[in-house]
Amino acid sequence: MSTRAQPAGTPPSPGAGTEQTEPDRAALSAGARQERRLGWLLCAPAVVVMIAVTAYPIGYAIYLSLQRYDLRFPGQAKFVGLSNYGAVLSSPFWWDAFWVTLFITVVSVVIELVLGMGLALVMHRTLFWRGVVRTSVLIPYGIVTVVAAFSWQYAWTPNLGYLAELLPSGEAPLTEQWPALWLIILAEVWKTTPFMALLLLAGLALVPEETLKAAMVDGATAWQRFTKVMLPLMKPAILVALLFRTLDAFRIFDNIYILTAGAHGTGSLSILGYDNLFTALNLGIGSAISVLIFICVGIIAFAFVKLFGAAAPGAEVKR
Amino acid sequence: MAAAGKTHAARWGVMNVVVVLYALFPVWWIAALSFKDPTTLTDGDYIPRDWTLENYRGIFDTSEFTRALINSIGIALISTVIAVALGTMAAYAVARLRFPGKRVLIGMSLLIAMFPPISLVSPLFNIERIIGIFDTWVGLIIPYMTFSLPLAIYTLSAFFREIPWDLEKAAKVDGATPAQAFRMVIVPLAAPGVFTTAILVFIFCWNDFLFAISLTSTESARTVPAAIAFFTGSSQFQQPTGSIAAAAVVITIPIIVFVLFFQRRIVAGLTSGAVKG
Repeated sequence: MSTRAQPAGTPPSPGAGTEQTEPDRAALSAGARQERRLGWLLCAPAVVVMIAVTAYPIGYAIYLSLQRYDLRFPGQAKFVGLSNYGAVLSSPFWWDAFWVTLFITVVSVVIELVLGMGLALVMHRTLFWRGVVRTSVLIPYGIVTVVAAFSWQYAWTPNLGYLAELLPSGEAPLTEQWPALWLIILAEVWKTTPFMALLLLAGLALVPEETLKAAMVDGATAWQRFTKVMLPLMKPAILVALLFRTLDAFRIFDNIYILTAGAHGTGSLSILGYDNLFTALNLGIGSAISVLIFICVGIIAFAFVKLFGAAAPGAEVKR
Repeated sequence: MAAAGKTHAARWGVMNVVVVLYALFPVWWIAALSFKDPTTLTDGDYIPRDWTLENYRGIFDTSEFTRALINSIGIALISTVIAVALGTMAAYAVARLRFPGKRVLIGMSLLIAMFPPISLVSPLFNIERIIGIFDTWVGLIIPYMTFSLPLAIYTLSAFFREIPWDLEKAAKVDGATPAQAFRMVIVPLAAPGVFTTAILVFIFCWNDFLFAISLTSTESARTVPAAIAFFTGSSQFQQPTGSIAAAAVVITIPIIVFVLFFQRRIVAGLTSGAVKG
C-alpha cells in the first residue's frame, strides 16, 4: 500500500512521492538523509494511527459486508458474496434515504453558500462591533450539534416553542415529511453557516483592496465589483468551502436523530446505517451500507477534484 | 456627507444586530428554558418569569449526568492531548522538512478529514467488542484522536509556516541537532498555534454524537451529548425538557468561554488551515 509511511532508514519505494531522481539519491548528503529520517520519524505515529483506525476498519467493513452476519444469530455467519449489496440497493429504504440525503445536502449547501457569503461580507466590512459580530458567529460553530438540535426541536414543539406558536394550532411540523425536512435543513444551516462564512472570510482577505479601488475608479458598480473582481479571486476558497461542506452535509446525522429520529421519511443514509446496525443488529447489511456511503463520498470528492482540479485542497499544499 | 455617513453606519448597525440575533437566539432560547420551572415551561416567554435552578439541581442529583460530564471532559481532554502531540510532530515535518512521501501524507489526512464516520461505525463496533474496548474511554479516544488528527496537522502546518525559522538555523549553526533545534527553539515559538489547535480539536471531540452513541452502551463511557439524548423525565409522564435544557447549557459553557476568550485565534486557526492548506 503506497500510503504507508516508510520505516526510517529504508530507501523509499519508487513513485511514493519521491522528490529525488535516481542519481541524486545515491549522492544524498548526510544532512539531507538525516532530514528525511527525522521527517519519517515525526510523521510515523500520526500515519500509523490514521491507518490503523481508518484503512483497517474500512477493509474490515468490506469483509463484513460480504458475510451474512446478524448479531442475533451469530452462529449463522457465512460468506454470501455481494448479496448484501443486492439487498441494500434493491430496497426502497436505501433509495428513500439516498434522495433525502441528497436533497438536504444540495439545498443546505446552496443556502449556506449565499448566507455565508453575506455573513462573511458583514464580518469583513462592518465598521464597528467587529469583535462582537465575529464572536457571536463563532458560537453556532462551536455549540454542540445535539444542543442546537434540541433548541430547534423545542422551538417547533406545539405548546412549548415560540416558533410553533406562529403556526396555526394543531400543526406539528416535525411529524410531516416536507415540513420536517425543511426544519432539518434550517437546523443544519444555522449550525454550519458560520463555518462556511469563516472560510469565505479567509477568501475575502485574499482580495487586494487596491484591485477593488481600481475597479471602483473605473466605474464598476458594487455588484460588478463583487461578481467580476471578488468572486474570481475567491474561487479557491469558495471551492474548498463547498467541498468540505458538501461532504459534511452528506453525512448528516445528529440533527436528524434529535429532530425526528428519521421518522416520517426524513432518515438520511447515516441514520439508515445506524438503524441497521443498532436496531436490527445486522452487521452484514450495516457494513454494506457503510461501504456504499463511503463510495458515495468518494464519488463526490472525486467529482470536485476532477471538475475543479487545481482548486482542490490537496493541490494547494504545494510549496 | 455626514448624513450619508450616518445612514451608512445605521445600515451596518442593523445588519450587525440581525447577525448577532441570528447567531445567538436559539442559544438564548434553550438557556431560558433551563431556568424556567416545570409549571411555566410552556408559557412561551423568552425570559423566564420566575427564575429557578431546579433543573440544574435535578441533573446534578443523579449520577447519569455527572458521570457523563466526567466522561466528556476526560475523553475530550485525553484525545486532544494525543492528537495535538502527534499532529505537532507531523505538521512540523510537513511544514519544514523535505522527505519523500510528504504529498502522500497530506493527501491521506485530507482523505480522512472527508471520511464519513458512519462508515467506520460498524467495523469499529465489532472490532471494539472483540478486543474488549467497547464502552470504554479508550474506545472513544481512539476514533476521536484519529478524526481530529487531520484538523491538527492542517492548522498546525499553517501556523508553522509563519514562524521565523531562521532562529532554528541559527541554533543549528550553534551546534544543535535538528531534534534539539526543534525542541528548544521551535516548540516555544509554536506554543500559541498549538494551543489554538488544541481548542479546535477539543471542540471537535466535545461535539461528537455518532461515535458516542454507537460505541458506548452504559454510563461508563457515554459522553454528555449522547447522555442527554437518552434522558428521561423524573416520572414517566414528565417530559425531560427542563433537564435537557439545563444539561445543554452546562456543555455549552466551555465553548462559550473558549469563543469569548480566544475568538481571534480560533478564527485564525480555522481560516489559515482552510485556505493555505
